[in-house]
Amino acid sequence: MTAPSITTTAQTQTVSRSFDLAAAFKDAAKTALIMLGLSIPILAYKTDQSGADLFLTPRWGLVAIVCAIVFGLRLLIHAFTASRSYARATPSPRQATELVDASPSAFQKASRFGIPFFLGVALAFPFLVYLIQGGLTESRYWVDLGILILTYVMLGWGLNIVVGLAGLLDLGYVAFYAVGAYTYALLSTTFGLSFWICLPLAGILAAFWGMILGFPVLRLRGDYLAIVTLAFGEIIRLVLINWVDLTNGGAGISSIPRATFFGIPFTAGEDGFAATFGLEFNGMHRMIFFYYLILALALLTNFVTMRLRKLPVGRAWEALREDEIACRSLGINTTNTKLTAFSIGAMFGGFAGSFFAVRQGFVSPESFNFLESAIILAIVVLGGMGSQIGVAIAAIVLVGGPEILRNLTFLQAIFGSGFDPNEYRLLLFGVGMVAMMVWRPRGLISEREPSVILKERKAISGSLVKEGHG
Amino acid sequence: MTAAGANIPMQSPQAASSRQPLLSVRGIKTYYGNIIALKGVDMDVNEGEIVTLIGANGAGKSTLMMTIFGNPRAREGTITYGGRDITKMPTHEIARLSIAQSPEGRRIFPRMTVFENLQMGASMNGMAHFDHDLERVCTLFPRLKERLQQRGGTLSGGEQQMLAIARALMSRPKLLLLDEPSLGLAPLIVKQIFEIIKELNEKDGMTVFLVEQNAYHALKLAHRGYVMVTGNITMSGTGKELLENPQVRAAYLEGGSH
Repeated sequence: MTAPSITTTAQTQTVSRSFDLAAAFKDAAKTALIMLGLSIPILAYKTDQSGADLFLTPRWGLVAIVCAIVFGLRLLIHAFTASRSYARATPSPRQATELVDASPSAFQKASRFGIPFFLGVALAFPFLVYLIQGGLTESRYWVDLGILILTYVMLGWGLNIVVGLAGLLDLGYVAFYAVGAYTYALLSTTFGLSFWICLPLAGILAAFWGMILGFPVLRLRGDYLAIVTLAFGEIIRLVLINWVDLTNGGAGISSIPRATFFGIPFTAGEDGFAATFGLEFNGMHRMIFFYYLILALALLTNFVTMRLRKLPVGRAWEALREDEIACRSLGINTTNTKLTAFSIGAMFGGFAGSFFAVRQGFVSPESFNFLESAIILAIVVLGGMGSQIGVAIAAIVLVGGPEILRNLTFLQAIFGSGFDPNEYRLLLFGVGMVAMMVWRPRGLISEREPSVILKERKAISGSLVKEGHG
Repeated sequence: MTAAGANIPMQSPQAASSRQPLLSVRGIKTYYGNIIALKGVDMDVNEGEIVTLIGANGAGKSTLMMTIFGNPRAREGTITYGGRDITKMPTHEIARLSIAQSPEGRRIFPRMTVFENLQMGASMNGMAHFDHDLERVCTLFPRLKERLQQRGGTLSGGEQQMLAIARALMSRPKLLLLDEPSLGLAPLIVKQIFEIIKELNEKDGMTVFLVEQNAYHALKLAHRGYVMVTGNITMSGTGKELLENPQVRAAYLEGGSH
């Protein structure tokens, strides 16, 4: 009767150690049973009229769905209360005066397996989709979605340098995305330069614009900085619209040359990709190439950021976020530090932009409005400022989530056939954001990973170290 | 000593020698907007000395220390360090002249570990002596050694103060500026921190300029002291002289009851 829904197993995994799984299941099952009892008179039968006759139409499927939902919700309540009481029972490390246990936290343990797992899934994604969907053409939708998500992962990682590491609130990040996209669009259509030449050029130009933005805002912080960067983003967009001679205005630039596989075009002809590698021609080859291209670019962003964090410049970014005055009194040139953060963050935005242009084959100012900036910033903030893996998860949730909504057609069984879950996606977004801010105000992964982990871990218990005895 | 004779001669034994002072402040005027905070301050710190600056809240002690570091900048007067005019230098360049500062309110980096905080302190001299210096500050503050992996924000107030001083020491300074290291700490920890300052001065020959509210401890420790009242230096002398001075005693040591 109450078939346990798939969602419940996922929820139980997030539950903390002290959570009594069996008891929670039992209680949830009881609740579902009560629901079943209640549904028999209320939901199970529907009266239908056909002419003069009255029928009873059984609706056991609906009953099952409702019971499953009740079961899941009950379990969710248990999970929440358990994790809340667990959080209360364990002292926050932020308040600890005793030595905090230096052994890796649950998150660190999970990430040791989680990161290779995610990476593996990302690498194998087109093949997995191919196997599941049973054909290249059928998997187009999923590969497309993968490309979209990875673009936002990359943008999130790029913005993470500025917002997450250096602590400079940037609401106009999409400007650099636009600079990158138009760099490729203009250079390739006017001078016929190839993607591989334009890619670094787009990065350099975006970094240059990052510096130009950086100079006037050096003295600003917080809200004021946010407003100026917001204005900068709008200025770039308005210039793109109004400088018709160069950018073709609101109509955009179309028929941008598509990327080639290191010189081999993705065409059906003799010298095309498919013919060269002895494959049957399929448009999906190009999509899969794009998928791996954006994956490589995103991983490059991640790799560079992780390396920079361990270098003096990366440490200076983080120190700048923590305390600007202390930074200056330690001899750190805050001007240069801010400018490097802006320009390196912008550079990755530029890379992503030129990828966007080559994938779409068409750019217009419409693609670079404030909503884009807001989504990228939301990804960084929800993911946890400065956390690479958090940003990736947030990008999957925020970009992939609305797509899942499209597929929740079973909800039509409850709310009627006119119900389109996709129309509620912004509402759900809002609810999700509020929930995040209540339960995880510092983002999904708020723990900051130290850039240096010392080999020897001395576990000296707090009781041995008395106050005032050095 | 008569009331008029409260002006103790400015010259200390060290200053009387032909050597140039390490840090010399001449006629410094600092403004916050239109409000004058320092009204023409003269002060010297000689090499190898501990010099303390005491005064009431709002007298301008911290302003003087910050002005030496170029933030806020002095509108008039000159500051020379080791014979070099640093009045108009940007803060981060002053910090590279082997002057280190432990600013008021500790200002450690709370989300970074103790180890990373110390790395930040060493970053300006290119981490060349990092391991050696780390060992040294760990000997001075064994408490920090146990907590190298811990986030700065999770330390207690006394430990944060130790970290702030240790971070300043990582740049191998000749002159150490300390702004109220005893602020908000238990007497036992204050004593400990002052002992460490003394040790730094005696063993390593470090010059220390100490801004303090805790006049008794500061004057006992210091070779020389200055008293600041509303933006002016009103008295100066050796630590002992100032401790015995009735005006200083009345204003800063006995709760102003005289």
